[in-house]
Amino acid sequence: MKIAILVLDGPYNHEASDTAYNFTKAAIEKGHEIEGVFFYNDGVINAAKLMEPPSDDRNIAKRWSELGGSGVKLTVCIAAAKRRGINDDVVIDNAKIAGLGQLVEMAVAADRLITFGD
Amino acid sequence: MEEDEDMIQKKMMFVMRKAPHGSIYPYEGLEVVLITAAYDQDISMLFIDDGVYSLKNEQNTEGIGIKGFMKTYFALEDYEVEKLYVDNQSLKDRGLSKKDLIDVNLQYFNRDEIKKLMDEQEILFPF
Amino acid sequence: MLHTVNKSPFSHNNLESCLSFAKEKDAILLYEDGVLGAQAGSKLESIIKEALKKHTICALKEDLNARGISKTVGGIKVIGYPEFVDLVVEHKVVPWL
Repeated sequence: MKIAILVLDGPYNHEASDTAYNFTKAAIEKGHEIEGVFFYNDGVINAAKLMEPPSDDRNIAKRWSELGGSGVKLTVCIAAAKRRGINDDVVIDNAKIAGLGQLVEMAVAADRLITFGD
Repeated sequence: MEEDEDMIQKKMMFVMRKAPHGSIYPYEGLEVVLITAAYDQDISMLFIDDGVYSLKNEQNTEGIGIKGFMKTYFALEDYEVEKLYVDNQSLKDRGLSKKDLIDVNLQYFNRDEIKKLMDEQEILFPF
Repeated sequence: MLHTVNKSPFSHNNLESCLSFAKEKDAILLYEDGVLGAQAGSKLESIIKEALKKHTICALKEDLNARGISKTVGGIKVIGYPEFVDLVVEHKVVPWL
């Protein structure tokens, strides 16, 4: 089944980003296709590559970037990103900044959409 | 706009249950509604819980320095977003009635009717 | 329909709202702080038990473990991420964030 993931909350403050990541991994392991992960609202901060948490903590941006590298399409909403100081200079590798239309296309193409947020 | 005339149309409901201004969710949610409308999807907006405050009349955000977005609701018709559903109980719980809401075309429903409307959807977005 | 609830029912009305909008037979998943509602012996236990008559209620094991909750209300299904995925495959999702 094709599953789309919408992330509405930033990293660390709440668990939303962790749940979204764990869910995405589990869905892939079960053989499902991830139509894409779309970051909106404060969710765009997940894609800020300058984050540098203590070495014994998970690096949320790096983790998403690696998932993107494995072939999962990561999209960061341009309007939400601009509001929050995220642009092409600071966005993680393997993620693309694009318009909200990508979310609609993802929602239409997927069999399911699940939202994580605060 | 990257519209595709052959694009599949899905039933998408925007469930608005957060109060405006206290968080950006209802505002950025409305932006998704406008874009989705441009893709010719079958859209409805459902106002429940604190979400009904997005429709409250006499909002004045000048003092908090946050841009209000009530005016956008009056423009929704131009985007062909015409299904604006309000939960009667949420209004009543908050001491509000129809006369407290902005003058746009709203449809009022009871919980059982709303359960049915939600069940008909293919995608539900929470804002 | 699968209703997903991620807030503590002791500080938010998400679960209460979810229960009043969910139709009979809909499934409910408690995850993140939502799992606090699954704790046995809380003041909400009777509400959960009542809801179990109409709904399948699941709680995410990883979130329960993280919060040290080992005794859950009888009837709640404790599930892991793979079963969470199965639930999403089986149902359309209504998130209560």
